[in-house]
Amino acid sequence: MSEIMTGPEVNLESWVDNIISKYPPKVAKKRRRHMVVREDGEAGCSQTIEANTRTVPGIITQRGCCYAGCKGVVIGPIGDMVHITHGPVGCGYYSWLTRRNMYKARDDKKNYMSYCFTTDMQDHDVIFGGEKKLAQAIREAAQIFKPAAISVHATCPVGLIGDDIHQVAKDMEKETGIPVMAFSCEGYKGVSQSAGHHIANNKLFTSAVGKVDEPQPEFTINILGEYNIGGDAWEIERVFEKCGIKVLSTFSGNMSYFEMEKAHNAKFNLVMCHRSINYLAEMMEKKYGIPWAKVNFIGPESMAKSMRKVAAFFNNDELTKRIEAVIEEEVENAKKGIEPYLKGLEGKRVMLFVGGSRAHHYQSVFRELGMEPVVAGYEFAHRDDYEGRHVIPTIKVDADSKNIEELKVEADPERYMPAIDEEYRKRLEEEGVLSNYDGMWADMGGGTLIIDDISHVELERLILDFRPDLICSGIKDKYVIEKFGVPSKQLHNYDYSGPYAGFKGAVNFARDIDMLINNPAWKLARAPWKDRSFLNASLNS
Amino acid sequence: MLHHTPDEISERHALKVNPAKTCQPIGAMYAALGVHGCLPHSHGSQGCCSYHRSHLTRHYKEPVMASTSSFTEGASVFGGGPNLRQSLKTIFQVYNPDIVAVHTTCLSETIGDDLPSIIKSAVEDKTVPEGKHVIHCNTPSYVGSHVTGYSNMAAGIVKCLCEKDETESKRINVIPGFTDPSDMRKIKGMLKEMKADFIMFPDTSGVLDTPQTAEYKMYPDGGAKISDIMRAGGSSLSLCLGKWSSEAAGVELEKKCSVPFRVLDLPIGVLATDRFVEAVSQELGLPVPKSIRDERGKLVDMLTDYQQYLYKKKVAIFGDPDTVIPMTEFLLSAGMMPKHIITGTPGKAFEKRIDSMMKEHGHDYEYNCSNSADLFYLHQLIKKEPVDLLIGNTYGKYIAAEENIPFVRFGFPILDRVGHSHFPKAGYMGGMHFISGVINTLLDKMDRETPEDMTMELVA
Repeated sequence: MSEIMTGPEVNLESWVDNIISKYPPKVAKKRRRHMVVREDGEAGCSQTIEANTRTVPGIITQRGCCYAGCKGVVIGPIGDMVHITHGPVGCGYYSWLTRRNMYKARDDKKNYMSYCFTTDMQDHDVIFGGEKKLAQAIREAAQIFKPAAISVHATCPVGLIGDDIHQVAKDMEKETGIPVMAFSCEGYKGVSQSAGHHIANNKLFTSAVGKVDEPQPEFTINILGEYNIGGDAWEIERVFEKCGIKVLSTFSGNMSYFEMEKAHNAKFNLVMCHRSINYLAEMMEKKYGIPWAKVNFIGPESMAKSMRKVAAFFNNDELTKRIEAVIEEEVENAKKGIEPYLKGLEGKRVMLFVGGSRAHHYQSVFRELGMEPVVAGYEFAHRDDYEGRHVIPTIKVDADSKNIEELKVEADPERYMPAIDEEYRKRLEEEGVLSNYDGMWADMGGGTLIIDDISHVELERLILDFRPDLICSGIKDKYVIEKFGVPSKQLHNYDYSGPYAGFKGAVNFARDIDMLINNPAWKLARAPWKDRSFLNASLNS
Repeated sequence: MLHHTPDEISERHALKVNPAKTCQPIGAMYAALGVHGCLPHSHGSQGCCSYHRSHLTRHYKEPVMASTSSFTEGASVFGGGPNLRQSLKTIFQVYNPDIVAVHTTCLSETIGDDLPSIIKSAVEDKTVPEGKHVIHCNTPSYVGSHVTGYSNMAAGIVKCLCEKDETESKRINVIPGFTDPSDMRKIKGMLKEMKADFIMFPDTSGVLDTPQTAEYKMYPDGGAKISDIMRAGGSSLSLCLGKWSSEAAGVELEKKCSVPFRVLDLPIGVLATDRFVEAVSQELGLPVPKSIRDERGKLVDMLTDYQQYLYKKKVAIFGDPDTVIPMTEFLLSAGMMPKHIITGTPGKAFEKRIDSMMKEHGHDYEYNCSNSADLFYLHQLIKKEPVDLLIGNTYGKYIAAEENIPFVRFGFPILDRVGHSHFPKAGYMGGMHFISGVINTLLDKMDRETPEDMTMELVA
């Protein structure tokens, strides 16, 4: 019997069999491979899951498209750029300010976050081609807004009608003198947002990173895969600056185009969202020799652990001392801040179905709050995000993934300069500090359940059969879950709150989770007359 | 926030900035949700469905269920027929709706998927179980706007479901425009008060304004019943409340079932509500009950009581044609001065209608009125000719903040305030609710900006 239950007992294997039986046979076979009842010990180590494969048409999925992963997630947060969506009006419109990635203008006062730019493609453009309109749109954007750079994002029809957005970008860069990057991120590419992340990484690597060489202080890092939702990046930056560490660029929350051009001058890359940005980390290591470490800034313990990776990397006594002092002070403050909420959260069971890393990142902070993650899964992750990076060589390339370009990267003859020597790098690698991610597996032991790309019917059954105390998900699921009387926390947009990262963020998070779970309003859902039959009611009155 | 917007009108031919419309499929999805037991289905990439569900959810704060054909690159090249067939198979077995309403996207439109024949074969080979319905409409995202998508699905509902019925029955069909469930509920309420025999569709009340009872229903109690929609072919008249979003369904009903139609405005404001009540009363030979007459009187009373805060106030208003037109008339009837009137939806008929409305009210002041416009242009108009009040959807808040203009939210979408799902803007009571919001917002600004050496007014 599983550890998942504190209420009525349900055998997880039978639960999976039962949910699978709801699908047509072929669909059932496919869905089965996306569900794993975790086992302990060696049996657990050999378990595998299927991920990053097609969602069966008709299934109500959380997933979005390639455009959403490229423009919406990775490129959209760069604040001093004008991002033009080339296509019908919808795609640009829906990705307008909805991800809550925040940006503060630098000295040049450029900040275009509140604007939405689109070519608003009409039937005429679909029939006769949209290249001229796109060129004119870029011209107008350059003249009116004078941004640091311009990006162009292709939507579904653009690829189908064959607009050469890359040539238009090249021509307009020449004409306007403003860098123009084009992204072929048509919505139908790949199987989810994930393809769009990769396409975005490739272009940033070839067209932005590495453009400006500028010597940096000894302790300079980049943070990759941190999108500054609700101001997360600012809290992380505060802590590193307190330690005397410079954060040069953050991909791509609160990111300025000019900082991106210099990113290769940092000594060390920290990878927060492995799924959306590991490509860039690997390519920067190959070309510039910048080692990377997977980190997690969510929850005081994970934050401290991540900071210690930085200490280990720079291996400087003074810095290590400063980092330890900051950890001691900040952890103590965070613990004090969290303490009042602990009693109300102890033993509560939580499920997480979100993103490509958040469903893992938030597990440790829940444990610190005394809560228990029992079922989890990603929306668009790959097998390595579940099982760890060691499975990457065994991941099969299929018809959907083979069309996403893998760049061939070689060491830059002049600028390949690792900040640590090879021997030390190897040692850190062996210790699991560098180039390593163990995935969600590592933290989800026996008796837990993992579900990839969860569907509506599976979510519904989980709620009915397990009655969790909290489910972390996104906007599409939030009110479904809450109509069951179960609170739901949006981990894409934080329910318009935050920051949740770092030490101060952890206190905000504890406050918000307490508010969700312990709000007396939930109890009102049951009306006093609910179970009284009409007959009794009229007799008593 | 919007300080990169130049004061002078920027010349543009290609770049749309801060659109005042979105694409067709979301309107089709919304209309389909107004049928009881219906699962809207988006025939295209996953992202479309995800974006539409997310956006509707942000506006309604309710579950918005819909499925997708999950196109991949292969389907985009070879056609999405197999994806739609697989979808229907999966949907009926797993989610068991009574009806699936399929709409296209720019992807499936560009490759030219033939929905009727794909659906026909799925019905013939029993992929669609007996007794279940699959309806469809075309919603190319590169034509019109979200309003066009609503209109196309409303017409699609008629095409696929309504049946011709020769028996004489004194009954009206009411096809409301793209508006909130609160308004649909209010319109139904007025019809019931008048004791009218009517069929209304689409009807999202009871679907997107449901109670919290700790019991989730995938297909909520509300929505127009399929059997009622089928009977609409036997009604004596269709009232299409909104030229842009409902006329097409009326035309289709006339073509298919010989039911004549009248196009009215959505009953927003005194005059448009008067016309609606009159039309129902005349067609069905019903008196206007005291409750409705009283409500009207109360609204007019409010307008006269507070006229000093409204008279000659300059207003900028933007949104969808079917809501902006009656609202502009409402503002005019309250003595206000609509100065900039903008819609993102294309169609010259918008300007024509506003122009004739201005003439009817005897106005000779300069005003700006545009279709296919965006909020960047509206902002520049406001910078040139400032206004006392801004009315529009949530995206207007950035203009309001930048220019310090009192702002009342109206239309779709409202992402950052509560109430629109439950408190109507339609009908006389809806007018009172809306105009209270206007007056209170103007008074809030007056209070806030009372000079320090003056005493804030106690009574207003």
